[in-house]
Order: sequence, then structure tokens, then C-alpha cells
Amino acid sequence: MQTVTNTQADLLSKDQAFLNISEVSKVYPTENGEYVVLDGVNLKVKKGEFICVIGHSGCGKSTLLNMVAGFHGPSKGNITLENEAITKPGPDRMMVFQNYSLLPWKSAYENVYLAVNNVYGDKSELEKKEIVNHHLEMVGLTESAYKKPGQLSGGMKQRVAIARALAIKPQVLILDEPFGALDAITKEELQEELLKIWTDYGLTVLMITHDIDEALFLADRIVMMTNGPSAKIGEIMNLPFDRPRVRERVTEDPRYYELRNEAIDFLYNRYAHSEDPAEEEMEEEPVNNKGKILGAIGGVILAGIIGVTLWQTFANRPASTSPNNSIESVN
Amino acid sequence: MVTQTSLRKKNPLVSIFKSIFKSPQKVIAPLVALAILLIIWQILASGENVSLPSPTKVIADTWDPYIIDPFFDNGGVDKGLFWQILASLRRVAIGFSLATVVGIALGILIGSNKLFYSALDPIFQVLRTIPPLAWLPISLAAMRQADPSAIFVIFITAIWPIIINTTVGVQQIPQDYRNVSKVLRLSNLTFFFNILIPSTLPYIFTGLKIGIGLSWLAIIAAEMLVGGVGIGFFIWDAYNSGYMSEIIIALVYVGIIGLLLDRLVSFIASLVVAEEQQ
Repeated sequence: MQTVTNTQADLLSKDQAFLNISEVSKVYPTENGEYVVLDGVNLKVKKGEFICVIGHSGCGKSTLLNMVAGFHGPSKGNITLENEAITKPGPDRMMVFQNYSLLPWKSAYENVYLAVNNVYGDKSELEKKEIVNHHLEMVGLTESAYKKPGQLSGGMKQRVAIARALAIKPQVLILDEPFGALDAITKEELQEELLKIWTDYGLTVLMITHDIDEALFLADRIVMMTNGPSAKIGEIMNLPFDRPRVRERVTEDPRYYELRNEAIDFLYNRYAHSEDPAEEEMEEEPVNNKGKILGAIGGVILAGIIGVTLWQTFANRPASTSPNNSIESVN
Repeated sequence: MVTQTSLRKKNPLVSIFKSIFKSPQKVIAPLVALAILLIIWQILASGENVSLPSPTKVIADTWDPYIIDPFFDNGGVDKGLFWQILASLRRVAIGFSLATVVGIALGILIGSNKLFYSALDPIFQVLRTIPPLAWLPISLAAMRQADPSAIFVIFITAIWPIIINTTVGVQQIPQDYRNVSKVLRLSNLTFFFNILIPSTLPYIFTGLKIGIGLSWLAIIAAEMLVGGVGIGFFIWDAYNSGYMSEIIIALVYVGIIGLLLDRLVSFIASLVVAEEQQ
């Protein structure tokens, strides 16, 4: 299994695409006409491949992966998994989100159990418990199993999320910037654990990342997206590093820096992120502020005038209407 | 659950003692402020021809029977403050419980169904601005009895904040949780009990807190109008008889009970709402 899934040569020889994204476009209707997020994306993913998607913010990476997960349908084109069209989300394409998406009122164990219980409804209670415990153990959380997410660190929460995702044995694991919010050391630990799990399980992984080094260390292929709107796949980089990967050996490989420079060149020179929209907003703001300030001053003046007028009308009233009289009249 | 509550019940007492030792400022400062206010009141009220009684006079006037014997019962409406407050609390309890059940159910229904939301939300927004006492004549006309009318006023006062907060809570269920439920293909029932209810609880409790506060405001006013045993009518009765001290001692009780009700709801919330959500 490992040889089939993990080496480049075998991947090429295997013709049948496991996950097939063909001519996929995504268009959102807006007030100013249509906004094309993705325009004609093609990608064939083999079973057991590890794909990293990189690109600037707003290039539609998340849109693409959300379509694979089944949250949205493509506007044009189609996505198939083992020749079956993806129509809605399902546990065969489990997602791990950047912000963990754990339920804060459930302990780590209960979070995993909810998924296991729902997907393996027909298994016995004992089996389900074993599955949950096994996966918590795999990510090293046996001792913290009964802690709520609020008591766990960011890295531990993401471990729970990964345990939850793996416990239901998905065919495709979709990770949306899973380690984005973690510190460097935790990040490296989790990357290595993810690689190990991926090898053991023969998973197919699609992962969004902003970190080029992370993508180089983990992926079989890096999919680099052009800038939106109308983003498409700009280039696909094949990574030649041997598996199983050891961080030192990968980073010391002379090809590593070549590939890294190529990726950086793609992102920061050929498809550098445009700053235009931000600038336009900056220019508009002072005008709005002036209006707000004028409005506030006008409001205060108006309130002042009304207040003074009211006070004078009350002050001018004859003194005979003392509070006592008015209370008696109520009675 | 039983062990959990008994464990937590100890905590407030322990934490009060701890806070006294840790930061005496928080305990001593309000006591000093209270003392200063009482002294100012005493000075202002000790002149002649002042209708407001001074604090010492209030205590002297009401010591027997209102302060030392809250449990006396001379029949009719001449009862100790314990019975008066109990009668008011009973009305609030019935009206508020009904409002809680109906309000949460309606809130969940409206929050989870866009059609119901667009149909009913504008109506609720208008109805909730109606002052509680404005409902009293209509409920008196409909029920022709004092007690159910007062309870209805409590119900109608408390229900709007509960409905509106529950609705918002359901609508604000984070997209992440909805995504999790979609990926796992949770059944509606599982979604309801494992995601919707726990995620909405903080909002529900915000509504309950506002609701209990408004109920306590409304019961005093409603009782003034409908009469019978109750702290609201007690105040009105005292006013009509010219017993200023009785009014003041009743106000103190009303304030303390109102605070206790608010804290009770917060305390229940702290037991059932997950830590990360608070």
C-alpha cells in the first residue's frame, strides 16, 4: 500500500483519478454583476496523494476545498470522488478547520465520540469507545481526554480535531490551514504526526497552507493558485523528496531551495498580491469621518437647544404646581 | 449532577471569604459608601418639616413587627413581609416559568425557520415595546380575576426578551458547528441536543436574566393596581395610610430580592453554560 500511494512513479502509472476536479468554476452573483472566484480549475488527485494548495488570500483556495467537501456546488464543471459526483458534505470527506471547530461544551472524548457514534451507529458501545480511545491515544491526548476545549492549548485542540477527523476513517482528509494559528514548535510536531498518520492510514490529503516550508515538507505535489478574481491553478510543483521524510534531510537537499525559490518567485513576483482594494478604502474613510463628526456636533447642538427650551418652559410655569399637588391629583 | 451542585454550592461561600482576604477593597469600599450615604440621608432627613423619615426613624418605626417578625399573619392583607414577598414571588414564578417554556420554544422555532422569522419578528418587535402595565386592563377584562391577570402581565413582560434572545442565539450558532454537523451528517435530533441547545444556552440565559428583572419590575406595579397580598400592594397600602417608613423598608426588600433573583439566574447559567462560551 505504501509503495503504491507514496511514490511519484507509481502515481503516474496509475491512470485512474481518485478525486477528479474538472473545469470547475465558481461564480457568486453580486450587485455589480457576477464575481468569478474560480475559473476553470482542473486537478486530478490519485488515491493516497498528499496535496498542498498555496496562494494568496482571496484566491479561492478555501472555495475549492469547500466544494470538494461538498458545502457548495460548483457553478460549472464537476467534482467526482471515485467517479461519483460530490453533492453534499459527508464523513468520507472529513474536514479539519483552522479554528478547530470543537464543541466547547463537550470534552475531547465527547467531541470525538459524537463523530464516531454518528458514523458508526451500528457498532457496539464497546467498539465505539475503543475507536475513540485509540484515536485520542494516537494524537497523544489520553490524559486530557476528559478536558473541555477551553482547558486545552491550541495545539491540543487541533490534535483533538485531527483525532475526530481520523476516527471516522475518511477517504479524503481536507485541512484548511490546520496549523496556521500554532506556534512554530507545535506546528512542526503536528506536521510530523500528520505525515505518520497519513502513511499509516493511506489517506488522501488536501491541505491549504500559507507556509511554503510546510508545503514542501509535507506534500507530494504543491498546487499554486493564481490571484483572484477568476483564479485558476497557476502551476503544479512535484516534490521529489523521498519518503518517509525527515525534516533535516529534506531541508538539506539542494533541490529544496531551488523549489522553495521557485514557489516564492511564483507567489511574490509573478503573482504578487495586489494592494489596490485596500487603497481605495483608505481614501474614502476621511470623507465618512467628516460627515460623522459634523453629524455628532449638529446632534449635540440640537439636543442643547431642545434642552434649554424645555428647561425654560418648566421654569416659567407658576410655582403653585408643586409635586405634592400633582401626586394628589393622581389619587 | 447532584454531587456537582453540592460541590459548587460550597464555592460561593469560600470565594466570598477568599475575596475578603485577597482584595478587601471590594468588600470594604461598598460598605463605606453605604455608610456615607446613610449618614447623608440621616443629616438631610433630620430637619423639621421633612416628610422623608431618616434611616434611624425608618428602623424604629418598622422594627416591630416588620423587621423582627416577617412571619406574622393577622388575616386579610395584614401579613408579615415574608408572606407579602412570597405572594409576589409566587406570581413571578408562575408567570416567568410559563414565559420561559413558551419563549424558548417560540425562539427556537423562529430562529431556525426563516419564514417564521420574517413573519413574526416584526410583530414581536412592536409587541415587546408595549409597557407591561398596558397589558393589565386587557388581561383584567379577559380574566376578570386579579391573580391570573397579574400572572399574565408577568408572562407577557418576560416572554419578549426570552424569545428575542433565543432567536438570536439560534441564528448565531457559529458556522463551524453547522459545518461539523453537515460533514458528520448529524440527524436533526442529534443536532438539536448536541449543538443547537448548548450553543444557544448563553443567549437563552441572557434573555432569562433580562426577563426576570423585568418581571420583578412589573409585579410591583401590577400588584399596586390589582391589590391583594403582595409586596407591591403593601407599598401602595402604606402610601395611602401615610406610613413612609413602611414604604422605605419595603423598597429595601424589593431591591434585595430583585438582586437575588438576578444572581440566581446567573448562578444557574454558570452551572449549565460551558466555560468557553461565557
